[in-house]
Amino acid sequence: MRTLPEPFAGWFAGRGWTPRPHQLALLEAARRGEHVLLLAPTGGGKTLAGFLPSLVDLARSPREGLHTLYVSPLKALAVDIARNLTAPVAEMGLPIRIETRTGDTPANRRARQRETPPQMLLTTPESLTLLLSLPDAPAFFGGLGAIIVDEAHALAGTKRGDQLALCLSRLAVLAPGARRVGLSATVAHPTPLRAWLSPTAQADDVRLVETKGGAAPVFDLQLPEGRLPWGGHMGLASAPEIYRRVADARLTIVFVNTRAQAELVFAALWRLNEAALPIGMHHGSLEIGLRRKVEAAMAEGRLRAVVATASLDLGIDWGDVDQVIQVGAPKGVSRLLQRVGRANHRMDEPSRAVLVPANRFEVVECVAATEAVAAGELDGEPPRPGGLDVLAQHVLAMACSAPFHPDALFAEVTGAGPYAALTRRDFDDVLRFVEDGGYALQAYDRFRKLFRDAEGLVHVRGTAVARQLRMNLGTIVETPLLKVRLRGGGVVGEVEEWFVSTLEPGDCFLFGGQVLKYERIEPAAVIVTRGGEGEPRVPVYAGARMPLTTHLAARVRSILSDPRRWRHLPEPVREWLRLQQVKSELPPRDGLLVETFPRGGKWFLVAYTFEGRLAHQTLGMLVTKRMERMGLAPLGYVGTDYVLCVWSAFEPQDVESLFAEDILGDEMEEWLAESSMLRRTFRSIATIAGLLEKNHPGAEKSGRQMTMNSDLIYDVLRRHQPDHILLRATRAEAAQGLTDVARIATLLARVKGRIRHRVLDRVSPLAVPALIEEGREWVAGGAEDALLAEAASLVEDATDGEDHFAETLADVTETLQVRGTSVARAKARDKRRSRYIRAAPKMVTG
Amino acid sequence: MGAAPVHIAGERLMLDPAGVLHWPARRLLCVADLHFEKGSAFAARGRLVPPYDTRETLARLVPVLRRYRPQRIVFLGDSFHDDGGVARLPAADRAVLLHALAGLEAVWVAGNHDPSAPAGLPGISVAEWTEGPLVFRHVPAGRVAGEIAGHLHPKATAPTRAGGVCRACFVTDGRRLLLPAFGAYTGGLDVADMAIAGLFPRGARAFLLGPDRLYSFPLAPRRAAMALGG
Repeated sequence: MRTLPEPFAGWFAGRGWTPRPHQLALLEAARRGEHVLLLAPTGGGKTLAGFLPSLVDLARSPREGLHTLYVSPLKALAVDIARNLTAPVAEMGLPIRIETRTGDTPANRRARQRETPPQMLLTTPESLTLLLSLPDAPAFFGGLGAIIVDEAHALAGTKRGDQLALCLSRLAVLAPGARRVGLSATVAHPTPLRAWLSPTAQADDVRLVETKGGAAPVFDLQLPEGRLPWGGHMGLASAPEIYRRVADARLTIVFVNTRAQAELVFAALWRLNEAALPIGMHHGSLEIGLRRKVEAAMAEGRLRAVVATASLDLGIDWGDVDQVIQVGAPKGVSRLLQRVGRANHRMDEPSRAVLVPANRFEVVECVAATEAVAAGELDGEPPRPGGLDVLAQHVLAMACSAPFHPDALFAEVTGAGPYAALTRRDFDDVLRFVEDGGYALQAYDRFRKLFRDAEGLVHVRGTAVARQLRMNLGTIVETPLLKVRLRGGGVVGEVEEWFVSTLEPGDCFLFGGQVLKYERIEPAAVIVTRGGEGEPRVPVYAGARMPLTTHLAARVRSILSDPRRWRHLPEPVREWLRLQQVKSELPPRDGLLVETFPRGGKWFLVAYTFEGRLAHQTLGMLVTKRMERMGLAPLGYVGTDYVLCVWSAFEPQDVESLFAEDILGDEMEEWLAESSMLRRTFRSIATIAGLLEKNHPGAEKSGRQMTMNSDLIYDVLRRHQPDHILLRATRAEAAQGLTDVARIATLLARVKGRIRHRVLDRVSPLAVPALIEEGREWVAGGAEDALLAEAASLVEDATDGEDHFAETLADVTETLQVRGTSVARAKARDKRRSRYIRAAPKMVTG
Repeated sequence: MGAAPVHIAGERLMLDPAGVLHWPARRLLCVADLHFEKGSAFAARGRLVPPYDTRETLARLVPVLRRYRPQRIVFLGDSFHDDGGVARLPAADRAVLLHALAGLEAVWVAGNHDPSAPAGLPGISVAEWTEGPLVFRHVPAGRVAGEIAGHLHPKATAPTRAGGVCRACFVTDGRRLLLPAFGAYTGGLDVADMAIAGLFPRGARAFLLGPDRLYSFPLAPRRAAMALGG
């Protein structure tokens, strides 16, 4: 097909547009009835390309009933696209109704949609699952002609992506004729993404349409005026330069890596904002209404800059952005490109972006990232296999829709890309888990959720089960959140519950760009007032930071190890590296440099592993466990994106065996038992699988006896049925997700026999950033009791062994306040702060 | 092994790191808040949590009984998660429990979860149990001197140089003693909560449970105005 049919051709011509080649390619694919994956950079008319075939089809042969389903990871994106589509449809007078259905859709509209579906429905994976769990799903989706999956790269490989893939498999059964269209940013692994989208889990069944990105982006490296910081990740030293660049441009997005960083950078810019430039902020914890206001202000050109987190990474075009500034290292090449693509949405002009590294290592990372972009290299892992917890939820949802035969459902599920390799054993165990918990001890026969009839069909038992499912649907398990409400005013956003638990009335914190004073806590809300004295704290959110990608890490290593490649590095960094050459040596490209040195009565071990923060946290656990066994008395460790730093009471010996591959054996098993990360993983899996109640923000807390602590369940299950399906799922997820065990395994194999141990008499230049890194992990587990004993005996000393509880106890404890309890408490609180919460602006400069 | 002596109402009592109270002079053992069959209570409401809580709780209780060989065991209430719990006891677990109780006098103090006597189990059921100067009741009440109570599931976070370490604990001010919850599925309530702190207006001492010893920390007194809040 070379041209567009009327009225589309006329409509395009009327605005002086010509159809893009990929738009025509998608029309052609639709004509042939092919599934297709479109890879295109932002701003290429991607969404219109996805919808065009459906519009053409409906213009040619108008019909009632659902024709096209559009699924997006973002509610806002669905809403925005519905708006953008409605205009041309109205202008061309097409008989097409376009509606959205998300968690925000009012109940009466949902009911109406089920009775008379629109031709085009725009929704999210969660809302789609809900629709598919209803008994009328076959009628609703029966006539479906096309399914468009937007931002497919952001969904594949996540639990929401698993859920969507399972939904697509069900749709393939309900509407076998429906074409699939995936829209995605350019990715490193198009083939697995095609397989993910494919109805047969085979990449070959999905045609690939790729548009080459236009001009290559242009990068500037921005260093602070003064000295280049040794540590820190906030980049505040460069605030004056960022502000100057904002003032020179029309509309700037200042991308940062975490919500805490957004608050700090925003505050720093406003301190400098003498010209009162309209500068806004956008992050995922701000109240949704406030975010919408910022987006609208951008679109209308009323803002000069927005400080944003990943919440602006995806989706909608908000106005004419002419500059993107990335503060802090980009952490990944694909992510950097995605962000840069936010500027200048015209494919023929280069996007301009400024990189603002926060410290010396980040300078190297920024240079590595720009080199990778220039070389056209992308990073990102191929999608991992689907989660069994998501499958459990899906099995129950399908049972709620209609009785099924296990063989048929197994066939359906394995048609989904993420579940293509699912074994029948795992499927059966998941099914049994949904039925009666799947326990070796047959105790819950009476409480089954599913039952089988004489023909082997699986039915759901009772309406309560379906109700419970709908309450707990979805794969996003939030840490408990509390709304932040101004006294006598509105809600400004949400913070995590544990953060609030570290506050005392009168403490103040930075949120949404203002200093708030904590007053009190009400059910599901924190009451605050504006203002407050003292240094404000900044809420940090769990799992906020992206780890450095494998690919970018390899580039960083190869730059560091080769002085010939330093010419793009600024002089202070080159000097730093030359100093390292003299005092120690450069980390090798493929081997591993380990330095040990004494400092402050302790021994430090710094390993230049470059595997990202998550992997280093896990590696730190394993290495300290091995050190414990070797009697080296490890005291604690910290993992940055670049290095692992461990400190111990005795000098580390036999470094080879600390990084031997067998630490993944015994130490791993021991660690699995105690790891708080594993416990978090289990909590999330148990919630998604339906074992635990989901947290409903804003809902009244049920009584103490009603809640069930997932840690207690984890301990009991581990002891009594270690091969239970949920524990298997937890271990599988730990191997790749939160703990990056796979990455550690690759590292240990790579460096085997190539470990260089340098015994130094003092800290080396490259080790300095690790030593001033915040967020240290202490060696817990076995050491926990030793620490308790130490603390108890300290208190004992302070009380002279007073151990009887006569009438004098009150006096004793009163005097203790200074030396014992309250001092220790305050210290403990500070420790907690330093682990998770950054004090507001404090730079460590060289 | 690692039990700590305390004196309440002139009686010498031993706090065992397993979370039980031993009174050597009377050969009495006391254990609180077992919440047997909490798992199946959840299952009945659609949350099919692992059904191993009762056997896990028993696996912790049996060695303690073997070690102390008491004449009498006082179950300090909420021994079952609900009144129907005793009927749901799996046969194997019931057998273990009966065997463990053979030859001793069991006293089942009523709890808010299990107000009725556990049908078919040996022993006597009482609203509260008085022995010598001590009174054993589930919910701590007005009379203070010599009160042994459960119900509140106390836990405490001890400050260490590596951050807070949270454990279940005994709490006592020398007049009243709170026992930690013993059941496998029992969570805890922080001793700073007014429900607990309010009981100890003049301060107290918390004994955190460890694998083979207790860790003792003082709790600061509450201001008079806040006292008795719980």
